[in-house]
Amino acid sequence: MAMLDVNNLSVRFDTPDGVVNAVNDVSFSLDKGQTLGIVGESGSGKSQLAFAIMGLLAKNGRAGGSVRFNGTELVGAPLSTLNRIRANHIAMIFQDPMTSLNPYMRVSDQMAEVLVHHRGMGKAAAVAECVRMLDAVKIPDARGRVRLYPHEFSGGMRQRVMIAMSLLCQPDLLIADEPTTALDVTVQAQIMHLLGELQRDFGMATILITHDLGVIAGFAREVIVMYGGQVMESAPVDPFFARPSHPYSRGLLHALPRVDQEGAVLSAIPGTPPNMTRAPRGCPFAPRCDLVMASCHDSLSPLTEWAPGRRRACNRPVSDLLEDAA
Amino acid sequence: MTPLLDVRDLSVVFRLRREGDMPWTPPRQLQAVRGVSFALQPGETLGIVGESGSGKSTLARALIRMVPASGQVNWAGEDLLTLSRARMQRHRSAIQMVFQDPLASLNPRMTVGQIIAEPLRTHYPEIAAPEVKARVQLAMDRVGLLPNQINRYPHEFSGGQCQRIGIARALIVEPKLLICDEPVSALDVSIQAQVINLLAELRRDLGLSMIFIAHDLSVVKHISDRVMVMYLGRVMEAAPKRDLFSRPDHPYTQALLSAVPIPDPAKERAKRMIPLQGDLPSPMAPPSGCVFRTRCPRAAARCAAEVPALSGEGRLVACHFPGPLEQAA
Repeated sequence: MAMLDVNNLSVRFDTPDGVVNAVNDVSFSLDKGQTLGIVGESGSGKSQLAFAIMGLLAKNGRAGGSVRFNGTELVGAPLSTLNRIRANHIAMIFQDPMTSLNPYMRVSDQMAEVLVHHRGMGKAAAVAECVRMLDAVKIPDARGRVRLYPHEFSGGMRQRVMIAMSLLCQPDLLIADEPTTALDVTVQAQIMHLLGELQRDFGMATILITHDLGVIAGFAREVIVMYGGQVMESAPVDPFFARPSHPYSRGLLHALPRVDQEGAVLSAIPGTPPNMTRAPRGCPFAPRCDLVMASCHDSLSPLTEWAPGRRRACNRPVSDLLEDAA
Repeated sequence: MTPLLDVRDLSVVFRLRREGDMPWTPPRQLQAVRGVSFALQPGETLGIVGESGSGKSTLARALIRMVPASGQVNWAGEDLLTLSRARMQRHRSAIQMVFQDPLASLNPRMTVGQIIAEPLRTHYPEIAAPEVKARVQLAMDRVGLLPNQINRYPHEFSGGQCQRIGIARALIVEPKLLICDEPVSALDVSIQAQVINLLAELRRDLGLSMIFIAHDLSVVKHISDRVMVMYLGRVMEAAPKRDLFSRPDHPYTQALLSAVPIPDPAKERAKRMIPLQGDLPSPMAPPSGCVFRTRCPRAAARCAAEVPALSGEGRLVACHFPGPLEQAA
């Protein structure tokens, strides 16, 4: 049994404009110590997928399907079960460290709260543990700075505080939702390097959600590509970047300007992402796809394994893609 | 060849008062841009890269007097910084700007047609309405907007389309220079490529010069002829694109380049990073001498004492000890 088993997970929101199908029938599993990257553009459903796993959907959101963590069902689980799993077993870090830290609380207080609440530790012992964790994420002078407020840290340091906080209860799974998107590139490199080290040292599984394929390439072993709330392709990173098997993944890789190559004209993907209030029938990518067929507007083949570890959801046979990629 | 734009020793100082300061407390000074000089040739695209707080956006705004600056900005034989308001106004149509946040830079209560026509109405009030409409349609066509979208409002458009509206608005007065401040950083990858291709196409067809500001080195590399790297308000290195990306000379440029993630797992794992120590110093109290020295792996006593001049032939470097660094594992 895998540590995390996500089966046919879907997320719907009731909005004044109608029902939004943010995530449709997503299935994947994750073992101990694995690193999974989920990549997708705005509105692809990648963040809502993470929120659904954590039971953090907004009030008007409903999750369907199943998320099993070490055998415990999380979808529809009572708050007490979720609270036992959250922090102790699954922790999450968010994109914007300033808005996810409480500006009125000293870092020591908000970090210690986690240990006092989840582990029943005394305040003094909890703060000592926090200092140790701030050291682990390489915040210089952790003992002196633990008493500071979030605004007294730089953006990169705040994200380190968030990471330290998420690791306090030694989770088995860390979900990082765009952890470096708000940061400068040199700071991003430091944070990704740190996450890689911690992941190895603590042996936790990590789900990294990002729009940046470069970050995925450096960090993850497996990748899931989402578009319009659905999984388009999933694969180990090396074959994925070398030979993407879905027209959307291929389009995304060709649209990237790169520092390691001389650029000609970028092959942009025409059109715009789907409006999720009007859920597309068939393949969500069909209106923008360069290999679209008539059948794509009506139905989409389910995600199927076509080679060991590689799955794709596309009506085109895989040979159509790999031939002209060669 | 005489340059289109010749900037000499441009500096921008902001005066800041802190909350709780007494009225007689002298305001504190923040030097956002310090002594920047560069020239832009007709048809050339200059990329300006730097991280937050490097002064790249302030520099762009100073060129068109959106923020007060000292130094010289020579354009068509005149120094823009010393011109009267009326005379400055005459040059404004020749230098247009495209901003980062496509939706925030468009008036939500104006239709697309009104937004695009506005610079034309401001600078050329004598042009008759039918002519204005014809030019708006031409500009919309050029940036890939459909004619039937002319009466729609900005909120009806996606981010990429809003950026097209912003570009059409800049183009309608037929500028010679387009200043793009992070024009694609708010856009998704697939849309970003559309806008980059559009800008490249316009530059080719209209012979535009461009100043392209971005924090994303891959994007800057793609579109620029020459690249200028800024750090804490100063220029660290400026060189033709090929030189800068193949053999960066300044330690900061090298660190910056080594931090860019490459979408190729084998290369990305094998990549040697040059780690930067610590955080960006406060721009209120920048280090003495070379502003980068507090984070530079090669810093020596001389770096604290002397500000390195930006010097060289073709490739300009502001460093006492330039050249490739030993790369750490």
